Amino acid sequence: MRDTGTMSNTNADYYVPHSSHWPITATVAIFTMFIGGANFLNGGEVGVYILAIGLALFVYMLFGWFGTVIGESEAGTFNGQVDISFRMGMVWFIFSEVMFFAAFFGALYYARMYSVPWLGGEGSGAATNQFLWPEFATAWPLLQLPEAYAFSTFKETIGAWGVPFYNTMILLTSGATCTWAHWGLKIGSRKHLIAGLSVTVALGIIFVIMQAVEYGHAYNELGLTLNSGIYGATFFLLTGFHGFHVTMGTIMLATILGRCIKGHFTHERHFGFEACAWYWHFVDVVWIGLFIFVYWI
Amino acid sequence: MPGGAPAGGWTMYPPLVLQTGDAFPYLIFAIHFMGASSIAGAINIIATVFNMRAPGMTLMKLPLFVWTWIITAFLLIASIPVLAGAVTMLLTDKFFGTAFFSAAGGGDPVMFQHIFWFFGHPEVYILILPAFGIVSAIIPTFARKPLFGYGSMVYATGAIAFLSFIVWAHHMFTVGMPLAGELFFMYTTVLIAVPTGVKIFNWIATMWRGSMTFETPMLFALAFVVLFTIGGFSGLMLGVTPVDFQYHDTYFVVAHFHYVLVTGAVFALMAGAYFWLPKWTGHMYNETLGKWHFWLSTISVNVLFFPQHFLGLAGMPRRIPDYAVQFSDFNMVSSIGGFVYGASQILFVVVVVKCARGGEKATDEVWEGAQGLEWTLPSPPPFHSFTEAPDPSSITGGNR
Repeated sequence: MRDTGTMSNTNADYYVPHSSHWPITATVAIFTMFIGGANFLNGGEVGVYILAIGLALFVYMLFGWFGTVIGESEAGTFNGQVDISFRMGMVWFIFSEVMFFAAFFGALYYARMYSVPWLGGEGSGAATNQFLWPEFATAWPLLQLPEAYAFSTFKETIGAWGVPFYNTMILLTSGATCTWAHWGLKIGSRKHLIAGLSVTVALGIIFVIMQAVEYGHAYNELGLTLNSGIYGATFFLLTGFHGFHVTMGTIMLATILGRCIKGHFTHERHFGFEACAWYWHFVDVVWIGLFIFVYWI
Repeated sequence: MPGGAPAGGWTMYPPLVLQTGDAFPYLIFAIHFMGASSIAGAINIIATVFNMRAPGMTLMKLPLFVWTWIITAFLLIASIPVLAGAVTMLLTDKFFGTAFFSAAGGGDPVMFQHIFWFFGHPEVYILILPAFGIVSAIIPTFARKPLFGYGSMVYATGAIAFLSFIVWAHHMFTVGMPLAGELFFMYTTVLIAVPTGVKIFNWIATMWRGSMTFETPMLFALAFVVLFTIGGFSGLMLGVTPVDFQYHDTYFVVAHFHYVLVTGAVFALMAGAYFWLPKWTGHMYNETLGKWHFWLSTISVNVLFFPQHFLGLAGMPRRIPDYAVQFSDFNMVSSIGGFVYGASQILFVVVVVKCARGGEKATDEVWEGAQGLEWTLPSPPPFHSFTEAPDPSSITGGNR
């Protein structure tokens, strides 16, 4: 954000976009997905097909809408004011994502700091512990649940210093290669840019594959599943939503890579690249939080 | 839909809400859908206000309506994703076996209340801040004086927004929180009275010795100031932990939030509708009908909600459709008020339809004391309003 201070912009003419059907197309696509998804979750037979139609429409919308914007950008339609609007939009979108993760981190802290100790009899939880679950003792990771028979039990969690540590290194390296690619773009070296971005995308893919393998290990060998009480719930939703965001970020960077190969962007004007790079650094930072609070301590 | 409407009301507390039938995933996805559109809209507002102001329109010259909208947008961006997280946890608890809100699996149903109200309290300010902005536009217009204490209005709005994120557990004083939590959330809650008081005093000071006229928008704005203050005071009472143990989940709470949201937010919307109707339609509305609508609404809404204070203090619980027989007289009064209030809104529809279809031509300025860029445009304004940046030096903006 360059211009949030007291000075306002001095563009005389506003960029007035032409009318577009993409917003309503997006709405119809998402609505269709939700209807299909809800029907599917309720055990309906048609839900999965409705969901697939909605998803197809959504992907069509992504191609169409972003394609239009990319075309307008390459045609030089956008002035400096539009560029700043895009930047502000991306910054506040990422902030909203931060708050989404904050809800799950909040749940993790609340469980570890308050509710699990209360179940173990601390504070006002003494009576609950004594009368409901006298066997229950506070611990983290919570291997022994108050009503263990209702959940899948696990003996061991995924340690920090195996795959999660390697994944940390992979994501940190990918952040560096992404910045290295940006330097290439700024000095006008296409080869340098494409090499840097390709490595970044490859590292992203490797990260997601390693997470998937680790999930398999957790499910099949450790017995650690979504159904493993509060530990499994916080573990899989935090790392799962992060993995989903890495997947999104990788797709975004791959799109940018394709555009770079086609010769899009100049060394001065390349906000599409920067937006995806910001997003990539954001998923990187979330991972650091996960590594520390979910895996390590 | 089998299983009926969502169990548990708008707050969706587990475990009750998890007993909802087929409506459950629709409920969750509807919230995700509205949340996504709220975030997109809020981002749009922030980029528009910070980036697309006319040259010379500095932040401290913005109309207060615009200020309240930016701050509302920040509240949306910070709170809606947290709600999305909370309802996602409900969804996985219901369908994917997680135990976020099940003590049997080490989770805690009260945790949902914390996450929900972290969203829920900013949400009520999302509802009221734009109303503050509308009233701050209308009172100076009809008092023919600049808004008193413009800067303090901006900072008070910011302070209310900040405080809204650290008061959430006052919705759950009786849930069994540690004493430190009860005290912290009581103090922060009562602190909100300070910036809110600043606003009320500023509106009154704006009217002091003004050349006041009482067209319908001004009448609604005045009723807002008086009745919202009543709702604010009952909120202060509810914010005090020890006495909240008496008021909690009674009709006193119902009376409180209807004073702030009906005679507050809805009355400000009415005021704003009458204020800008001539600008939108190009015609003046029928003032006589507007005044009838105002007086019928204002009298009936008090008949409707004021007795609910007494019902609550006498111990009538909310959310239970039946009640003890000693409460029936006040409930009868309240019902009569409710029907009259509902019926009076038909007048509003008549006014809007008549105004849209014709009537006296509205001038560009519409109101004698109106200030702001929209009043420099024709009524109704052209498509896209401004295609090039206007010159705000022709008007003096908010900071007159």
